[in-house]
Amino acid sequence: MATPCDTHVAAVPKTFLQQLIDVLCAKGYRVVGPALRDGAVMWDTIRQVSDLPIGWRDEQEPGRYRLENTGSDQIFGVVHGPQSVKPLAFAPREPLLVIERTKGSFSALPTLPKSEKVAVLGARACDLAGLAIQDHIFLKDAYRDPYYQTRRDGLFLIAVNCTRALATCFCASMDTGPRASAAFDLALTELEEVFLVEAGSAAGQAMMSALSLAPASTARVREAEQQIEACARSQVRRLDRSPLPQALYDAHEHPRWDDVAARCLACGNCTMVCPTCFCHVVEEVPDLTQTRSEHTRLWDSCFTQEHGYIHGKNIRPTIKDRYRMWLTHKLASWIDQFGTSGCVGCGRCITWCPVGIDLTEELPALLKPSSQAKEKPGQA
Amino acid sequence: MTPFSQATGNAAANPYLIQSATIVEKIREAEDIDTYRLRFVDEQVRRSYRFAAGQFNMVYLFGVGEVAISIVSDPDEPDSLDHTIRVVGRVTKAIARLQPGDELGIRGPFGQGWPLDAAQGKDVVIVTGGLGCAPVVGAIEYIFRRRSQYGSVKILHGIKTPHDLLYRERFDAWRRHPDVEVLLASDQPHKTWRYHVGVVTELFEQVVMNPARTMVLMCGPEIMMRLGVPILMQRGIPETAIYVSLERHMECGIGLCGHCQLGPYFLCKDGPVMRYDRVAPWLERVGF
Ligand SMILES: Cc1cc2nc3c(=O)[nH]c(=O)nc-3n(C[C@H](O)[C@H](O)[C@H](O)COP(=O)(O)OP(=O)(O)OC[C@H]3O[C@@H](n4cnc5c(N)ncnc54)[C@H](O)[C@@H]3O)c2cc1C
Ligand code: SF4
Ligand code: SF4
Ligand code: FES
Repeated sequence: MATPCDTHVAAVPKTFLQQLIDVLCAKGYRVVGPALRDGAVMWDTIRQVSDLPIGWRDEQEPGRYRLENTGSDQIFGVVHGPQSVKPLAFAPREPLLVIERTKGSFSALPTLPKSEKVAVLGARACDLAGLAIQDHIFLKDAYRDPYYQTRRDGLFLIAVNCTRALATCFCASMDTGPRASAAFDLALTELEEVFLVEAGSAAGQAMMSALSLAPASTARVREAEQQIEACARSQVRRLDRSPLPQALYDAHEHPRWDDVAARCLACGNCTMVCPTCFCHVVEEVPDLTQTRSEHTRLWDSCFTQEHGYIHGKNIRPTIKDRYRMWLTHKLASWIDQFGTSGCVGCGRCITWCPVGIDLTEELPALLKPSSQAKEKPGQA
Repeated sequence: MTPFSQATGNAAANPYLIQSATIVEKIREAEDIDTYRLRFVDEQVRRSYRFAAGQFNMVYLFGVGEVAISIVSDPDEPDSLDHTIRVVGRVTKAIARLQPGDELGIRGPFGQGWPLDAAQGKDVVIVTGGLGCAPVVGAIEYIFRRRSQYGSVKILHGIKTPHDLLYRERFDAWRRHPDVEVLLASDQPHKTWRYHVGVVTELFEQVVMNPARTMVLMCGPEIMMRLGVPILMQRGIPETAIYVSLERHMECGIGLCGHCQLGPYFLCKDGPVMRYDRVAPWLERVGF
């Protein structure tokens, strides 16, 4: 006998969300979702639907983030805040080892994070694409990172397909959204009166079956499709990846780098908000008695002085060098390293840049032939 | 005590794990440069540790931190692990205070070493500058152990001043092998210096090279590579027969921290030894 959940997409009333939160809590998950904090949204523990920023929406522009209450009952009206899903798997500060010393000898003890089941409610398509890139970096190479793995294994990902694009969004041109396509467990589409729900994994399918959800009518499914497509069409920014990586490698001497370097403050905000940036440093903090030392990994940025430092010289002494390193890595060398662009089109670096530097503007300017640009032979 | 065989993890499962090693000997090479002969505390690690010439370790000092350091010892004697460390800054200064009996931490070996299999049957030209010779010392020892499998060996070594000459006895010992030339150059003259005065690349003129059967191993300052490679190419040696060992800031050694990038490469895992034609376009892009 066919049960309702055999169908691909279910339609549920909005009250379903509380039910979902309760079921996840009962299964031992801590549910995190977007919550208003300090004039932006940040991931926080969600117990009630009312913990979510209902009726709020974000407007984002280069160098600007604004939240406004529209009075609507839309639950996922805020597209995203400065945090992607990244910090939930690649922690900004991760103790790696504690090293204990006794009489000249020492022993290093790994400090793996406690495994915790975390359900992420409201992950956007671009962020899931970013997470898939981070999975590739930390889990698919010769050396696998057990700290990342522990946090990542605990995640249950509930995507929300986007039906409204920000002025800074360009996921459509990066093929990462607005519909979630990278790994997720459940995906929701919020319509006027209902949520459409679909599963993206066995765990998600099991959850849907347990909740015995009613199938969505084809009209509802079409309505959702149309809204997602309209969201893609409405994006005012785009990035043409077709000449990459080579064209950006070839632009190494382009005068536009000087232009952007004159605006960039090297604050590193763009790298801190980016869902894919993975640079980190290791910090060593001994206690006062010198018997115990903590070996901790911290997010780093290629905009710091130290990033390119080796004894006796700095490989990237100027802001121009560093911005060029960042953009060239993100949009070009990343492709050679990992087979994908390092940019998923979330637009965060545009919004959170204090001076509003916009990579979708910089790239075309850098690829425009310049009379001053010296040609350099280049190859990957 | 065998602290690292605890149930808390091993190096395969956790590439951040540090193994402790005792300094069994500290050999003064020059002012500010010492070779540390190390022995792993954990017997199992001591038995299983293997490396290839040209690879490096992350060397850790308790409470201070880790730095990337080449392995200079002979890969055929993995239980004697040697690192030659020059004092330049925070971590290396603190390491210099250690004495035999003290412990360092080791994580590694990491990276790609010299292509010593591909070099078999060929003449090998080794070009080094300054402490840059550390990463090739193991390769030289490896070749001399298998002397008949390689053609002629030429070691061209340049230093700033005569008192920067490290491994003096090793150079003398290498000279005694058959079909070997050791040529030294010092930028600055000195009354005791019997060798060439000038830069190392000038030594190319003093050796005969058969371009069809020569492989070049180079390490030292990048400027030496950028000046030296064109001269070698003029002598008919293709870029594809030239290998260089490169240095960049390294935090992790395992391809995760992002600091050691050179264009599409992570020098900690794709290098530090790279075939020159692969890195040439990136070394040309200054500030990248
Ligand atoms: C593959 C490789 C092999 C090396 N082999 C040797 C060797 O055999 N002997 C030796 O004496 N030195 C070697 N070095 C250089 C050595 O790593 C640096 O001298 C050392 O990191 C300086 O650390 P510090 O804290 O004393 O100096 P500081 O100037 O205080 O440096 C601060 C930090 O910057 C980073 N850093 C600085 N210089 C370098 C550098 N050259 N390479 C990588 N990171 C750097 C380190 O994280 C260091 O802790 C090697 C470097 C690399 C990349
Ligand atoms: S580079 Fe900018 S737009 Fe692209 S993924 Fe990173 S933060 Fe988002
Ligand atoms: S591009 Fe903007 S956000 Fe990034 S470092 Fe420069 S000023 Fe900061
Ligand atoms: S040293 Fe960390 S990526 Fe190479």
